[in-house]
Amino acid sequence: MTDAIASPDSAPTGDALVRVRGLTTRFSGRTVFDGLDLDIPRGKITAIMGPSGTGKTTLLKHITGQTPADAGELLVDGEDVAKLSREGLFKLRERVGYLFQNSALLTDFDVFENVAFPLRQHTRLPEELIRDIVLNKLQAVGLRGASRLMPSELSGGMARRVALARAIVFDPMLILYDEPFVGLDPIALNQVLKLIRTLNETLGITSVLVAHELAAIQQIADRVVLIANGKVVASGDPKEIANDGSPWTRQFFGGEPDGPVPFHYPAGDYAAELGLGETA
Amino acid sequence: MTQRRSYAVGTGLFIVLGFAALAYLATQTTSLVNVRHGDSYTLKARFTNIGQLKDRAPVKLAGVRIGSVQSIQLEPQKLDALVTLSIDKRFNQIPEDSSASVLTSGLLGDQYIGIQPGGSPDSFKNGDEVILTQSAVQLEDLIGKFLVNGSPGDKDKKKP
Amino acid sequence: MNARVKRRNLVVEGLAQIGDAGLFLPTLLAAMPRSLRYFREIVRQIWFTGAMSLIIIMTCGLFVGMVLALQLYHVLEIFGGTASTGTVVALSVYRELGPVVTALLFAGRAGTSITAEIGLMRATDQLSAMEMMAVDPVAYVVTPRFIAGIIAMPLLCCVFSAMAIFGGHLVGVTWLGIDNGTFWSNMTSNVEVWKDVIDGVIWKGLAFGTVVTLISVHQGYTTPPTSEGVAYATTRTVVASSIAILALDFVLTAFMM
Repeated sequence: MTDAIASPDSAPTGDALVRVRGLTTRFSGRTVFDGLDLDIPRGKITAIMGPSGTGKTTLLKHITGQTPADAGELLVDGEDVAKLSREGLFKLRERVGYLFQNSALLTDFDVFENVAFPLRQHTRLPEELIRDIVLNKLQAVGLRGASRLMPSELSGGMARRVALARAIVFDPMLILYDEPFVGLDPIALNQVLKLIRTLNETLGITSVLVAHELAAIQQIADRVVLIANGKVVASGDPKEIANDGSPWTRQFFGGEPDGPVPFHYPAGDYAAELGLGETA
Repeated sequence: MTQRRSYAVGTGLFIVLGFAALAYLATQTTSLVNVRHGDSYTLKARFTNIGQLKDRAPVKLAGVRIGSVQSIQLEPQKLDALVTLSIDKRFNQIPEDSSASVLTSGLLGDQYIGIQPGGSPDSFKNGDEVILTQSAVQLEDLIGKFLVNGSPGDKDKKKP
Repeated sequence: MNARVKRRNLVVEGLAQIGDAGLFLPTLLAAMPRSLRYFREIVRQIWFTGAMSLIIIMTCGLFVGMVLALQLYHVLEIFGGTASTGTVVALSVYRELGPVVTALLFAGRAGTSITAEIGLMRATDQLSAMEMMAVDPVAYVVTPRFIAGIIAMPLLCCVFSAMAIFGGHLVGVTWLGIDNGTFWSNMTSNVEVWKDVIDGVIWKGLAFGTVVTLISVHQGYTTPPTSEGVAYATTRTVVASSIAILALDFVLTAFMM
């Protein structure tokens, strides 16, 4: 089991577990990333922030190889994701946990079978061992008692914790959290927050967090990266980044409606479109 | 796990039911019913013309089905059709001077072999040949004969 | 003018759908060896697509057989041919009504649920989650349903046809008073195993099963991940399946004649 985890010093890229260089992506003519450079340090919690539509989720999908980038280099633990075969990609994904925005539990199975699903698919472990591992992970997220509930019977926070238990069932080297706090009440939010920090501290799992909740991020993240217009516009310590003086951080963390991210969607001249001034 | 097993049992039942239905359709509602009749013995019969007779066509005696056509071959020397009949063992008392003819059910129906019983005290045995046979009546021949001889209108026209 | 544009879009879109579904087939076939690992999942899907459709198939089969016998009896009575009621019921059920009606019901009952299920799995990221857990969703979710549909359809056709014969017998013999022996002997001397039962029920059943399930899984798999998208895809499954079944039926019949 633990063999699946790469030992930290096997990485040729030194400190960074994920290394992005010159990443460029276009979706139907719109540029999402334009030469993005980014390093995600090993064993740390990195938060990725940015205005909606800057492709934060797309970045996570690039890291896992779900959608390929148009150009640039993306190394995960020294392996170029774009050059991996399907088998290689699957091998990599067994070492990467991914927490979906809406938990994405399999509706056909109960909580226990959901967490056991990756084990049953990739190993031939005896039933007792599977039970031990699954109950251990469920205990870690505090839901051992809910193991026989169906996903439809869970609250949003519980579903997310089950999804987290499923994501860590192989003891991954990296977990990607896609908006883990959306739609949670303060209690559930703090439960998830605590879990992310505990997993990072006790298992040394590198974590990448895409989120908008600045207060929550300031509590746990070691580093914040602000992405806008397809580039990294600011990065640094979560407590200091808001004051680095760039217009991006001022607008984003200050929550100003207008700034580098314009209030108005690009449009032609308002007066002309109304037909004024053209009549003469 | 028990949940999974119950799916397996249910699926198994469904597949068995499907094949049972197929077996029922195939054996009980088709001509297989007539092929299936247990023990049988064979007779041979030669015809100069068998018309539209096909394999597995019925063999009837007094309108009752007693067997079916097993095979139809052309005898190279005599240039006639050798038809092998498979007759149900239950009907083993057919007089050996009975005759066989290729008949048509209805005016345009399928063709079958009709047996007209003779009066001999001895019966056919397995592999015997039916000596007295009558070939199929071709509808075209009938129509042809009718056109040549039968139409009074033609004769009237020829007279003047 | 607007209507004509709309109509042309419909035609173009229809053709695009056919092409898309056709291109999806090689993906499915390629995933087939891998999905044999998920034998349990195939079994489970046969249960959902096949066994769960039994009640509707059996009920409809019974009524189709009954109404056929009733109609045919009164038509054949004019020609004095009521003895062949059983034959005509059997032939029309084996050759056409059995496979076609079963396939239409199958599209409505099993096809839509396949589309909705896969579509919802897409909309709730379950398919992506499988991708992320290094499980191929085509091999695990799509192909087992495809295989199950292909296996289940001919079996359902058989059950439907058997029920139709039973219904025909019920009306013809029990109600309208055709002689039991006549009913069966007339049927058995005119119905052929290969030409009618195997060609009709089995081959057509297999062909329709393949087409309907292919359309269903394709619609589900390519659904836009919204609740609107799933609803729309479900409707399209029924529409596309129905057209495909009837068009294919004509082609197959033409070839089998």
